[in-house]
Amino acid sequence: MNRFDRQYILNGFGIDGQKKLRNASVLMVGAGGLGCPALLYLAAAGVGRIGVIDGDTVNVTNLNRQVLFGEKDLGKNKAEQVVSHFQDKYSDITWEIFQEYLTVQNAQELIADYDLVIDGTDNFATRYLINDACLLHGKPFVFGAIYQHEGQVSVFNLGEKACNYRDVHPEMPGPNEIPNCAETGVLGVLPGIIGNMMALEAIKVLSGYGEPLKNRMLYFNSLTSQTYEVELTPKGLTSGPDSWEVLENTDYQQACGAVKEMTWKEAMGKMNQNVAFVDVRELDELPPLVCTGLMKIPMSVLDSELDKLEDAEQILIFCQSGMRSQKAAQILSETYPDKAIFSIKGGINALKS
Amino acid sequence: MSNLIHIKAFGMVAEKMGKVSLDLENPGTTEALKNQLFDQFPVLKSMKFSLAVNKKMVLEDSELVSGAEVALLPPFSGG
Repeated sequence: MNRFDRQYILNGFGIDGQKKLRNASVLMVGAGGLGCPALLYLAAAGVGRIGVIDGDTVNVTNLNRQVLFGEKDLGKNKAEQVVSHFQDKYSDITWEIFQEYLTVQNAQELIADYDLVIDGTDNFATRYLINDACLLHGKPFVFGAIYQHEGQVSVFNLGEKACNYRDVHPEMPGPNEIPNCAETGVLGVLPGIIGNMMALEAIKVLSGYGEPLKNRMLYFNSLTSQTYEVELTPKGLTSGPDSWEVLENTDYQQACGAVKEMTWKEAMGKMNQNVAFVDVRELDELPPLVCTGLMKIPMSVLDSELDKLEDAEQILIFCQSGMRSQKAAQILSETYPDKAIFSIKGGINALKS
Repeated sequence: MSNLIHIKAFGMVAEKMGKVSLDLENPGTTEALKNQLFDQFPVLKSMKFSLAVNKKMVLEDSELVSGAEVALLPPFSGG
């Protein structure tokens, strides 16, 4: 008997299915709300080689849903922490850690090395990048995403006549069009369910057992516990890059309308007379930030006070959580396309922690 | 005979409409339906969403038959 005995005896899966998992490799992009639960079951099921890529560090607000992390992991890199968790548990999996984000520069090389990619990211820029890179490589990927109380799952680019993400949503959404968990809130169990469905789809694709969600998108609503399945039709043509060269020159952040961001540490290093440092919170929001050269231009009056920033070469904007400042940066970029404009990541909340 | 279609809204579209379902007189095509929704819910104009008619994704303008169920499906990004 070994740890896979209950899968061996499963009719139709058997030792063959297990061997396929053992010989398979998966790249998990994002070790967050979807990545943590998905990895739990991929590792338990015995996928032979698993790469985890995430440049983010564990934050206390992650802990309600990113179940592989605990209080001792705060501030540590997510990819490294999840892998150390599993190395204590199982000795039969080869792990690869990438403490960085997936980018147009590293996507080709990283994805080339795996049979299947799992999209556990939290932003459109990386989702479209994964889609386009997997299409160029001809690799299948499992897609999952959530919005507040709803989740969606599908398997893209699997075999012939297969749909991809651009067959469902051809155009990238604009900035702040669709908020993420940091803004809308989320019950931890929803990404838990969707992440588990993603692991299930990955196991089906890799072992050839069952019917993966190819050309189907499954929606799940956690408040009503209802599911909704939509049939997808491949268009054959895609609006994405048709070569690696084009992909490498695609600015996904820009295409998704995402604004440039910097950390407080980077922002502090930039303070000088040509930099406007702007608080876009309303005047009664706490805690106030006191420092020389700080301008207070609340979002509610931003449109009428744009000229206050006329002379600045660079503009650094912050708010409470880093969301409104992105919107402000977008507005300012339209008014001042030649200025370097940044939103400070995480806002005042990030400064406090 | 009634000539209604049944709208089911998902994600942020439902949030912006303030409802998850709605019955409408059949406007005939998906494009006409979109325009009608934009009139009724102007906030949807600035949002990207796809349509599924009777649980089949439809990206081009398509005819709507009475009794059809039309899902309004915005992309989700969270994870």
